[in-house]
Amino acid sequence: MSPVAYIPRTRDLYPDYPPYRWVVNEDAPWTPLKAPLAECKVALLSTGGIHTSDQTPFHSRDDTTYREIPRDVDFKDLCVSHFGYITDDARADPNCVFPLERMRELQTDGIIGELANPAYSMMGGIYSSRRVRDQLAPAIVDLLVQREVDVLLLVPA
Amino acid sequence: MCHQSVGLVARAAEEAGISTIAMSSALDITQAVKPPRAVYVNFPLGHQTGKPHQRELQRAILLDAFKALETMTIPGQIVTLPYVWDHDGQGWEDGEFRPGYLPAYTRSES
Repeated sequence: MSPVAYIPRTRDLYPDYPPYRWVVNEDAPWTPLKAPLAECKVALLSTGGIHTSDQTPFHSRDDTTYREIPRDVDFKDLCVSHFGYITDDARADPNCVFPLERMRELQTDGIIGELANPAYSMMGGIYSSRRVRDQLAPAIVDLLVQREVDVLLLVPA
Repeated sequence: MCHQSVGLVARAAEEAGISTIAMSSALDITQAVKPPRAVYVNFPLGHQTGKPHQRELQRAILLDAFKALETMTIPGQIVTLPYVWDHDGQGWEDGEFRPGYLPAYTRSES
């Protein structure tokens, strides 16, 4: 099966709007791994709209806030608020878009050196790429740098 | 839109000295935004790291993502992982992100 083409399907979902201008980059930055993965501190970030039951839900499109999810959170306390995908399976098992329980196991098994605490969650349905680039990404990256994270795994929903 | 946001955050983290691995289920969007490293899984949105309660599948996908992190050398490359959503070929792709995929899925300009 060939990959689903989301760009044309997104255009077709909004026929009354001008086509969305997707960000197109020609090249990519690069930081080589500085150590074997088993010695690295690895952080998890999901854009699936995951939050704990006592945190404010993500409110709608263009919500550029993020949530810090404690590494040892009880999955029964997790909620999903996101407008852009069918969330049934993520509610049934948040590991589908926020694989924190699996990451804990990878730490126990020594595949990764340390699972960073906290994990990070945002709601990826943000139409303003400028706000992601200028506000949300720097805020999260500053925390990752302060907390000496070596590797970041990013999971979209 | 998640895929674009993931790409933008990955690029920012990589520029700040963190090695990143971005996952993807929307190949065309990921190709456009170009995170430093990406792995593509041909699953419906909302299932990037597997099916609910399928621990072995979820773990396998993650291990493949980390293997890619350790072995990729070309910035902007996307590695396709060999997972198949539905071996019975029931064609989930046809309804994916078409009108009716989500109720009242409207784009707000405000």
